[in-house]
Amino acid sequence: MKVRAQFAFVFNLDKCIGCHTCSVTCKNVWTNRKGVEYAWFNNVESKPGIGYPKNWADQNQWKGGWELKGGKLELKSGDRKSKLLNIFANPDMPEIDDYYEPFTYNYAHLQNAPLLEATPTARPQSQITGETMEKIHWGPNWEDDLAGEYSKRSKDVDMDGIQKEMYSQFENTFHMYLPRICNHCLNPACVAACPSGSIYKREEDGIVLVDQDKCRGWRMCISSCPYKKVFYNWESGKAEKCIGCYPRVESGMPTVCSESCVGRIRYNGIMLYDADKIETLASTQNEQDLYEAQCNIFLDPNDPKVIEAARAEGINEDWIIAAQKSPIYKMAIDWKIAFPMHPEFRTLPMVWYVPPLSPVQSQIDQGNLPVGPDGAIPLAGTMRTPIQYLANLLTAGKTAPVESALNRLIAMRSYQRSVHVEGIADTRALDAAGITEDQAKEMYR
Amino acid sequence: MSHFLDRLMYFTRPKESFSNGHGVMTIEDRKWEDSYRHRWQHDKVVRSTHGVNCTGGCSWKIFVKNGLVAFEMQQTDYPRTREDLPNHEPRGCQRGASFSWYLYSPHRIKYPLIRGRLLDLYRAERSSGKDPVDAWAAIQADENKRQKYVAVRGLGGFVRATWEEVTEITAAANIHTIKKWGPDRIYGFSPIPAMSMISYAAGSRYLSLIGGACGSFYDWYCDLPAASPQTWGEQTDVPESADWYNSTYIIIAGANLPMTRTPDAHFAFEVRYKGAKVVSMAPDYAEYVKAADLWMPVRQGTDAAAFLAMGHVALKEFYINSQDPYFQEYARTYTDLPMQVMLRSHENGTFVSDRLLRASDFDGALGETNNPDWKTIVFDEMSKAFVAPNGSIGFRWGEDGKWNLLPKNAADQSDIQAELTCVGHQDEVVSVGFPHFNHDEPDLLFRNVPVRKVTLANGETALVASVFDLQIAQYGIDRGLGGGNVAKDYSDASVAYTPAWAAKVTGVKAADIERTGREFAYNASKTKGKSMVIMGAAINHWYHNDLAYRSIMNLLHMCGCVGQSGGGWAHYVGQEKLRPQAGWAPIAFALDWQRPPRHMNSTSYWYFHTDQWRYETLDADTLLTPAGKAKNKGYSLADYNVAASRMGWLPTAPHWNANPLELVAEAEKAGATDEASISKHIVGKLQDGSLDVAFADVDNPVNWPRNLFVWRANLIGTSAKGHEYFLKHLLGAQNGVLQEGGSGRANKEVKWHEDAPIGKLDLMVDINFRLNSTGAYSDIILPTATWYEKNDLNTTDMHPFIHPLAEAVSPGWESKSDWQIFKSIAKTFSPLAEKHLGTRKDVVALPMQHDSPMELAQPFGQVVDWKRDGVAPIPGKTMPILKVVERNFGDTYKKYIALGPLMIKLGNNIKGVDWNTEAEYEELKKCNYTVKEPGVSFGMPSLEEDISVCDSVMRMAPETNGEVAHKAWSAMSKKTGIDHHHLYAGRHEDKITFRDIQAQPRKIITAPTWSGIESETVSYTAGYTNIHEHIPFRTLTGRAHFYQDHEWMLDFGEGFCTYKPMVDLGELKGLPAAVLNKPHLSLNWITPHSKWGIHSSYQDNLRMLTLFRGGPYVWVAEDDAKTIGLEDNDWVEAVNHNGATVARVIVSQRIPRGMAMMYHAQEKNINVPGSPSTGKRGGILNSVTRVLVKPTNMIGGYAQLAYSFNYYGTVGCQRDTMVALHKIADKDVDWLERPLTPAREAQRNPNGIGPK
Repeated sequence: MKVRAQFAFVFNLDKCIGCHTCSVTCKNVWTNRKGVEYAWFNNVESKPGIGYPKNWADQNQWKGGWELKGGKLELKSGDRKSKLLNIFANPDMPEIDDYYEPFTYNYAHLQNAPLLEATPTARPQSQITGETMEKIHWGPNWEDDLAGEYSKRSKDVDMDGIQKEMYSQFENTFHMYLPRICNHCLNPACVAACPSGSIYKREEDGIVLVDQDKCRGWRMCISSCPYKKVFYNWESGKAEKCIGCYPRVESGMPTVCSESCVGRIRYNGIMLYDADKIETLASTQNEQDLYEAQCNIFLDPNDPKVIEAARAEGINEDWIIAAQKSPIYKMAIDWKIAFPMHPEFRTLPMVWYVPPLSPVQSQIDQGNLPVGPDGAIPLAGTMRTPIQYLANLLTAGKTAPVESALNRLIAMRSYQRSVHVEGIADTRALDAAGITEDQAKEMYR
Repeated sequence: MSHFLDRLMYFTRPKESFSNGHGVMTIEDRKWEDSYRHRWQHDKVVRSTHGVNCTGGCSWKIFVKNGLVAFEMQQTDYPRTREDLPNHEPRGCQRGASFSWYLYSPHRIKYPLIRGRLLDLYRAERSSGKDPVDAWAAIQADENKRQKYVAVRGLGGFVRATWEEVTEITAAANIHTIKKWGPDRIYGFSPIPAMSMISYAAGSRYLSLIGGACGSFYDWYCDLPAASPQTWGEQTDVPESADWYNSTYIIIAGANLPMTRTPDAHFAFEVRYKGAKVVSMAPDYAEYVKAADLWMPVRQGTDAAAFLAMGHVALKEFYINSQDPYFQEYARTYTDLPMQVMLRSHENGTFVSDRLLRASDFDGALGETNNPDWKTIVFDEMSKAFVAPNGSIGFRWGEDGKWNLLPKNAADQSDIQAELTCVGHQDEVVSVGFPHFNHDEPDLLFRNVPVRKVTLANGETALVASVFDLQIAQYGIDRGLGGGNVAKDYSDASVAYTPAWAAKVTGVKAADIERTGREFAYNASKTKGKSMVIMGAAINHWYHNDLAYRSIMNLLHMCGCVGQSGGGWAHYVGQEKLRPQAGWAPIAFALDWQRPPRHMNSTSYWYFHTDQWRYETLDADTLLTPAGKAKNKGYSLADYNVAASRMGWLPTAPHWNANPLELVAEAEKAGATDEASISKHIVGKLQDGSLDVAFADVDNPVNWPRNLFVWRANLIGTSAKGHEYFLKHLLGAQNGVLQEGGSGRANKEVKWHEDAPIGKLDLMVDINFRLNSTGAYSDIILPTATWYEKNDLNTTDMHPFIHPLAEAVSPGWESKSDWQIFKSIAKTFSPLAEKHLGTRKDVVALPMQHDSPMELAQPFGQVVDWKRDGVAPIPGKTMPILKVVERNFGDTYKKYIALGPLMIKLGNNIKGVDWNTEAEYEELKKCNYTVKEPGVSFGMPSLEEDISVCDSVMRMAPETNGEVAHKAWSAMSKKTGIDHHHLYAGRHEDKITFRDIQAQPRKIITAPTWSGIESETVSYTAGYTNIHEHIPFRTLTGRAHFYQDHEWMLDFGEGFCTYKPMVDLGELKGLPAAVLNKPHLSLNWITPHSKWGIHSSYQDNLRMLTLFRGGPYVWVAEDDAKTIGLEDNDWVEAVNHNGATVARVIVSQRIPRGMAMMYHAQEKNINVPGSPSTGKRGGILNSVTRVLVKPTNMIGGYAQLAYSFNYYGTVGCQRDTMVALHKIADKDVDWLERPLTPAREAQRNPNGIGPK
């Protein structure tokens, strides 16, 4: 056992309002400068949609993350040798148009224009070339709120195995937001892929950083990261990525994106894990078992043996207490309502997500809406977001854990409704979902 | 910085592996990490906020680094409100977070700008030796000179000028206008004071001192829900967002919480975990639908039908099939449901509902001697008699102690139980016709109603029915009384207001409507009113918005939700809650020096002055019901408005076709010596026709508006419904109006001029920090301080705190705060005005004001038009009251900078309660210090600095000064006869100062200004004191109204709430052939608020443009797009007879067919090419709209239907609009960037369109 501490996140997608405040505050603080105009350490995607950069989750295209070759864990983009061969011609590298060509406008024209035949308008100009752009074709959030044809948006890999035609209909629309930052993975592909050894995972908090002195701009990290969360600064010639706001975290503050999260969906916390298990668990044969496998890497922070081992590793007392109080541990392990995104990439990501509830399919409600004992709140199975879709995103397609999580959220609501409307604590829904009254009360808080 | 040498030394350090060698741990130097730490470091953090009308009212941390604003994040230090609520932070959104971009962007207005041609003209006149006013007059006297700069408005050509020069031109224009035309030809437009109160007050104070008119905004924006004054006598009062968390059942209709209530949305999302059910009603799969348990995709504009059907279910199950005790008690005490309505004979033995029964209808007026015409009647179950209960408006004025909602007979204060229904005890059952307006259904629906007979004072017998019994019938519920048009069950689609009928109209499944209606009522019954409807602009911007809102209010009242925490209406459109209003109003409108100010309702103002009335296609006769008296048949909408202004219902600006200064001079010359004799002189002129209201001949140059100030606003680019008409007629600019006016020719009350005026304004001044469409069309742009560069105050409906805007860094370049800008204009104005104007007497025509005894001007709601009905015009009774105001124009600056003496002489007041404010005045002398400059204001509290103004506002307001709260509540207690002092008792000693709120937002103090309370146990909610303190609603009955008995309400069939479909304006007739001949879509033009801006603010901000599509866009249904071959991101034009706008299209499955959705206030200043139809720059969202006025919103002089600024009046709706939408191929895009030619300059209209 090798105990390590990880600064981790849970994002409750059920509460995400898709406002992008996280993206803006992050950008203002960290990437408001030349070379990274197009880079959003934090971005929010509308789903179903192909996201930013385009189709980032499709590893058949980008070859990010890890795969099992003959039972052995290897970077999908190739081993070290093949990487060296491709060092000057990386075929899996997204181009600027896969992100978007960053633009500004000729604002000064509005004030400086001489008399013209029509009211002056400020036209877009490329922030790379300085040229006027006839038309803007893409941006970091082009698909916001289901913008764009369904045929394009449904190329989303999470739509695999879903009856696409049915969900193209207005009546069957479903929609959710997916905020994304660097996952600060336990098994980061970017670190492994870097030819110059400039990417490292900090021992004390697990934050993954690109050393701006050592980086030589090979960009293997960019293609290897299956989440496409490493960016190339074309001004400095180096890779940059979400830094987990370490200058703030070190001072006891949450990350900028978390503090500014208006939906209050972001939880920060410490997780203890066994670093010696990384390879074995990341090499779990069946993709659909990777979620459970990752659960097994976490250590119970209240277990005296774990505490002892943590102390032996030099993890200080505050961090052990933080791990014991960690909301991440509760949501991920105790209640099992949070999941890693795309565990099949085998990087053991450390930003986990609570899946969202959604409205019932209205046509179900022909007077016989399936509800729980409260009589009002619809059951998870009736919701319009396909559970398979959420499972494709969060559990490599395995639906049971996601369905269970949704049922637990519903059960908590149903229980609370009985208390606040009927004035009696009805625990039937909790029993069915397998949680206790105390757990429901704690989840509510 | 490299640490190369350090690194070399680490080469020899050991490495350690883990996880079977999969991982390696190395020890290396990490000094480079300091580079990101340095990025985060900053020098100071200052609290400020964004003065943008978003309702957020969020407190922000402004990070300053090296003297510049580096970035901003939300504050997280709000005081806790209640232990069981989630806390408020982090309040703030993506838009606010991107504000710092503006400060140092090339978009920033850094110096005063002026239209180059105007500056040349002015300098030429000045250099010929004329003084500033004469120079301005010379330009205006020469139409060629005038047109030289008017004709090029909006086409660029600005030059930099000095502050001295631009303030001189502005002052000169004002003085010339006052002298030649009258001060009421100067207009100021600035919205929503609550977002930056002092900045608002700057302009309004200057204008009020010189006699200019301040334009309303809340009604003009169509954010005013006219239903609120109609129902409650309240402009708007709503729960704070935290109160959503106290609800257990929420319907959300037309308020896109994540998008428009971004910092508050979490309360609605989180309360689901407390067990609340959330139902969303949205035509599209809007953002808020995501958080709902059920989505009802209601066809846009039909919400009233759905809510009336839910009301049908609630009434039937909780009032008829069983009687819920809580609902019964609530209905009889707090609503007009037990009030008795007189029936009027209609045809063939049928009846229609008429006015409410009054004490004066009875022999001896039931013992009421004070205002018996204004005391309404219930039937008391205990004494089995008709009685006048406490609380109606007759008790509000002229007597004390009975204006309350205690269930008492006013005559002897004995206990009563007001009867809701006489069914079973009725004298008769009669057939009553209810106005109905749905297409292809009868226009009167006859239903049986139980009635009693009453012997009136004049000996006649009248039939009366309770509002309740009429209302049950009107909802189409079968009570076994026989007759038609009632439904046995919910599936009867032939009876209006059943769920099955509503399903036909709305497209929502009947089962969903039925279930939701039942659950909503059940939840309210179980929780005593914790069912809530959150609603907003999407349903409030329709022509018949008041009916949509009333359908919701009805449901809420029948379920006892209004006034209960966690229940009631939650209407959020506009940051109207100016909490310290009582302290602010005297400063903002210079009431400390002279009263009254000139206030104008902007909707009527712009409808007339931009000549949109000349193009009216809505025939008012088609809106009338056969149940009405129809005395005004043949009137146009404009005619109704002229009549309303003549009768003293609505204000006017200008007042008359004469200069009010000259009118007084003329009266005095004719021997008048005081206000009464001046009034008499003016009345005589009105009677003999030598004087008339300006709107009666609005196109006459005598009646044109001449100077316009716009500050804190984007009038032209955002709120100008009928944008192209503004350009054509008001500004005289290049425009895209695609039709000729002509329908106004048939008006009875408005004089028609064959050729319409072009370019009425002499001068438009914009005060701004960026160049938006208002600036683009202005003659002068003054650079203002941004929200991080000035000291000001901010409050909102959404939370109970007051907090500041603050000067984190000094104003950039040559900008100044609005307070300092108007101060400098006043300073330049004063000596010039002394020379040209001196001291003059002005006369202000004041409509009958709500919350004053004038609201009792016109009894029974029966209309008396002195001009048509042959009666005498009596100021304050049948026409506006006339008030003489003396203006010493030379003292304008000295008055501006000091708190004037009327605060001691006349005291202060709000909403009908008065108090003495002498102590606060004396305190302010010490707090602010006094004016040292000799003259009229020497020794008075100084208002020279922005912070002094902030402190003055807070010192004089009950919300921020416990002692003032004490005085105000004492006055209120006297009126109601109930002791209310406990409401603020714990805060009697509190006095909040600017320094306090700079440290932390402060909770405000409970004041009688508002109907909710600030408490440690109850969240703020509207109507709380009406229900829990028995303070009457400020209505005719003192109760919440289901029924409106004014003659015009009945004429238009709106006595009871009814469903009226979208009006047909015929916008697509006469489209250009180029559009008609190619594939196009006919779509309803829906303009909701944007995710990427707050109105037009932020829409041009690089962050926001980057985060979505980089310029204007319009959403269209994917299935619609396919039919004309549209692809996502194609350029499209939306066009109709009002004009055209150009944008890129977003094709999306979430939009229903038949709708084009263009987010509000996307402007043409960013990324908009030319319009092929108009040949001009593609327009803005409002280029295809035209504003409509509604006669029922013009009613005045009648209890809650009496005018007050931003409280009642016409509202600027624009939803009932159709456009044709077609594709523009990329190759056909013309950016129109060629230089102006003389030919182009002459061709201001689209090709083929003339001057009409």
